[in-house]
Amino acid sequence: MPQSAAAQVPLIALEGVGKWYGAYHALKNINLTVKKGEKIVLCGPSGSGKSTLIRCINHLEETQEGNITVEGTTLSDSSRSIDAVRREVGMVFQSFNLFPHKTIMENCTLAPMRVKGVSKAEAEATARKYLERVRILDQADKYPAQLSGGQQQRAAIARALCMEPKAMLFDEPTSALDPEMVKEVLDTMIGLARDGMTMICVTHEMGFARQVADRVVFMASGEIIEEGPPETFFSNPQHQRTRTFLGEILAHH
Amino acid sequence: MASIGPNELFFLMQGLKWTLALTLVGFIGGGLFGLIVALTRTAQNDLVRRTTTGYIAVFQGTPLLMQLFVVYYGVALMGFNVDAWVAVAIAFTLHASAFLGEIWRGGIQAVPKGQTEAAKALGLHYVSMMKDVILPQAFKISLPATIGFLVQLIKGTSLAAIVGFVELSRAGQIVSNQTFRPLTVFALVGVIYFLICWPLSLWGARVERRLSTASR
Repeated sequence: MPQSAAAQVPLIALEGVGKWYGAYHALKNINLTVKKGEKIVLCGPSGSGKSTLIRCINHLEETQEGNITVEGTTLSDSSRSIDAVRREVGMVFQSFNLFPHKTIMENCTLAPMRVKGVSKAEAEATARKYLERVRILDQADKYPAQLSGGQQQRAAIARALCMEPKAMLFDEPTSALDPEMVKEVLDTMIGLARDGMTMICVTHEMGFARQVADRVVFMASGEIIEEGPPETFFSNPQHQRTRTFLGEILAHH
Repeated sequence: MASIGPNELFFLMQGLKWTLALTLVGFIGGGLFGLIVALTRTAQNDLVRRTTTGYIAVFQGTPLLMQLFVVYYGVALMGFNVDAWVAVAIAFTLHASAFLGEIWRGGIQAVPKGQTEAAKALGLHYVSMMKDVILPQAFKISLPATIGFLVQLIKGTSLAAIVGFVELSRAGQIVSNQTFRPLTVFALVGVIYFLICWPLSLWGARVERRLSTASR
């Protein structure tokens, strides 16, 4: 793959994005571009707007200012643009959000069948491929409640991958997990990153950030305070708020 | 005094047949319209939501008996000559849809928000999101209350006697007038209602217990 040429194309671009919840200014003038294959880690104190930011990218939240463009489609209120963006972008949630009344296999095949209109056999073949990749193919016929938290999150990752998205958004994917299960999910995400998936991860796992991130973006009070490659971000943070945050978060690791 | 023989029992069973038929009509009609009511009650559109809220307020806030009168005589006054069946089917459908709609609205809103978000993030549209993801979970949550309403509806069909239906209660009254044994006859009628409603109530209670242990 001509890495350098592909790297020029921004897959996701946010320009001057602003969001309010009533009078509360949740996102302030956010500018962020993500190139194909880039891995971004978003971090910051709770309430800093990092989850809100990635939820705006696939229009789970509406924005009031600026533009969000994904693979050439600029998000608007039109369902056509929302559909187009959601087809390209997969999402993994903190609380997994698997469909509890469906088996893992059915969780994985529902959207491809309903949205892309592929046959059941084809959807199942795709699902098996991705369930194998997250190493839970043997759990395919179980219901979510029968799986451990780590297995559920890996199933949720497989479900998102079944739509064959160009980019993946991770919203604190390991925050709801017991400590011993964090690693299996992070390993899955590292594998995805190695395979070249474009990723934006909201996470407090700084080890993960060091290992896979091309850029670490630090947010506070709805603003991007600073961003940089992990080496410089961790060793030489520019802003006082970043230093305070890193001091707090790294003290626990 | 005449005794209660096979003929009287047969007459009561005919009445029971109408009771069950009325229940079925009310439940199916009410279920279909109730689904629409539930979906519009949870709709984004303000006007749609308020209209349905008003509809529910009217039908929950007035007696079923009055609703039967209004439909039965009202439809006739408008110049339509409908038979009692159609009038009663309409009245029960309207009545049941207001209650079932509100029960299921609660069920829909009790499904965690993350389910809607996951469905949207996967690109599912409204119909598939509702049909495949939200409603199956909402119905499960609503099942005890739905069964409870079904029991109310079975007993409520006795009001159809007022517009000339010979359902179980009315049949009991007729047999009682013929045999002069009101105590025996109405005890029998009561037992029949009870044998239908009680198992349903037990089922509802069991479902509720199972749901509460599952969510613990």
